[in-house]
Amino acid sequence: MTNKSLPYWLIAPAALFTVALFLYPLSLVTLEAFTAKSGGYSLENFQTMVGHWKFGTALKNTLMLTALVVPLQMVVALSLAQLLTRVKSGRDTLLYVWTIPLGISDLAAGIIWLGIFEQTGFLNSALIGLGVVDAPVSILGFNDTFATLVAIVLAEIWRSTAIVLVILVSGIGLIPKEYAEAAEVFGAGAWAKFTKVTLPLLRPSLQTALILRSILALEVFAVVAALSGTKFPVLMGETYNWQFALQDGPVAAAFALVILTLSVGVTLVYLRWLRVPRGAGL
Amino acid sequence: MSTPLITIDVAQRRLRRLLLVGAAIATVWVLLPIYFLVVNAWSSQEAVNAFPKAFVPEMNHESLSFLLGFDGVLTSLVNSLIVAAITMVFSIGLGAPAGYALARYEFRGKGTFRLLILLTRAFPLPLLALPLTVLYIRLGVDDTLVGLALVHTMLALPFAVLITFSLFSGVPTELEEAAWVFGCTKVQAFRRVVLPIALPGLAASAIFAFVISWNEVFASSVLMIQNRTLTAFLLQNLDVSPMHMKFAGGALLVLPAATFMFLIRKHLFAMWGISNR
Repeated sequence: MTNKSLPYWLIAPAALFTVALFLYPLSLVTLEAFTAKSGGYSLENFQTMVGHWKFGTALKNTLMLTALVVPLQMVVALSLAQLLTRVKSGRDTLLYVWTIPLGISDLAAGIIWLGIFEQTGFLNSALIGLGVVDAPVSILGFNDTFATLVAIVLAEIWRSTAIVLVILVSGIGLIPKEYAEAAEVFGAGAWAKFTKVTLPLLRPSLQTALILRSILALEVFAVVAALSGTKFPVLMGETYNWQFALQDGPVAAAFALVILTLSVGVTLVYLRWLRVPRGAGL
Repeated sequence: MSTPLITIDVAQRRLRRLLLVGAAIATVWVLLPIYFLVVNAWSSQEAVNAFPKAFVPEMNHESLSFLLGFDGVLTSLVNSLIVAAITMVFSIGLGAPAGYALARYEFRGKGTFRLLILLTRAFPLPLLALPLTVLYIRLGVDDTLVGLALVHTMLALPFAVLITFSLFSGVPTELEEAAWVFGCTKVQAFRRVVLPIALPGLAASAIFAFVISWNEVFASSVLMIQNRTLTAFLLQNLDVSPMHMKFAGGALLVLPAATFMFLIRKHLFAMWGISNR
């Protein structure tokens, strides 16, 4: 083993594994989506998918959840990260407490918030105790998808803002203090420092957080399943349904391809929008 | 002269109060739902379904022992542990050498390899379990723990590579070179000098891989029919299990994962700070 070939031996296992369990399945699922049940290439599976009454709702719900959850949690995480830079004592304790949800799965988060929003849950119990209502209100019922949407958004923000916070806090930690001090010398207020110094220098971290979270938001599944069953269709849930309950792999593959395309599209948008010019990073 | 000083003082005090209120709200927001899960999981079935609900737990294990005694739950718990353990070993075993190569060597194809790893981040990887169901049947590894662990390894591997890359980048090359000067072989130098320094970080990223697998729902539910993991069991039974069982299941899921993440909390920030760039 020569010096020159050593790095190749070191990356070979990971590279081959990625080809076998990422690129190969990716090509398989693409092929399956475009293959008709009778054989030959066709758009049959996509037609079945689009023709199903739940497809439009699932697409709309998924996009709506992503558009609500991701920006809201970015604002929350940015505010908390800014707050942490001003805290003098107890900063580490606060950070540890706020990042507890990191270890909580989406399924568990859904179950936790089910305990709050179900008809005999904590929210209704509190409302009764405070005398706001006389009888428990059905929040996650059939008739009110808006309330269900709010419940899912809250559960998602509760669970997944921690990772954004971790990314942003470690990103802010890498920005040299001198920049903010220089801005102060030139008379910048807190808001100007935030928008003119922190945000631009935080671009790589913002990009990472946005890409990671948007993709995870597009594959939202277990939170929704736990909170609403199948009453609030989302793309990933429908994929699971076609694969598991309806035993129709090709249509599930078509659903998968829609989610994959959306994910890649979103990533490309962020890469362009928050492009870090070469050499301009820290 | 004294007037402006007082205004600054007042403004600062107001800001401090605002920060305090914000921190308090965020802390309650994070902790309250967890407290509610504890109340729900450590109460009997009657208390869980009572209305209005008590806001303190009864501290009885009825629901939890009911769940653990339920047919298939204990097996699924063990399955989850095994899959997560295999994932941990695989992702570090595959990822750490690659991370080391990225940190220490310049070679042709390095950029391509990095791109391949970063590319996986743009895809919802659990979806790739769909085509694997058919492939696994053909290969005879369908419904096996190793088969699922392979998918989970694919989820954890990009993180393992990037995290170990930043870990090894943090170990000065000079230390390794010094060991060579004193007659260590490359392998010895790695084992005696680099590994001890990188070990806590490696352990942290191994635990991270464990948690990724332990918490994964979609691929587990699609791939596992008989040998279900805990998440697959809970998901597939969502519409038939009574409330107290769901809450006990939620607690069972949260406890180990949250504990593990708490143990590696210090490393998380270092991991993300650099793997981000």
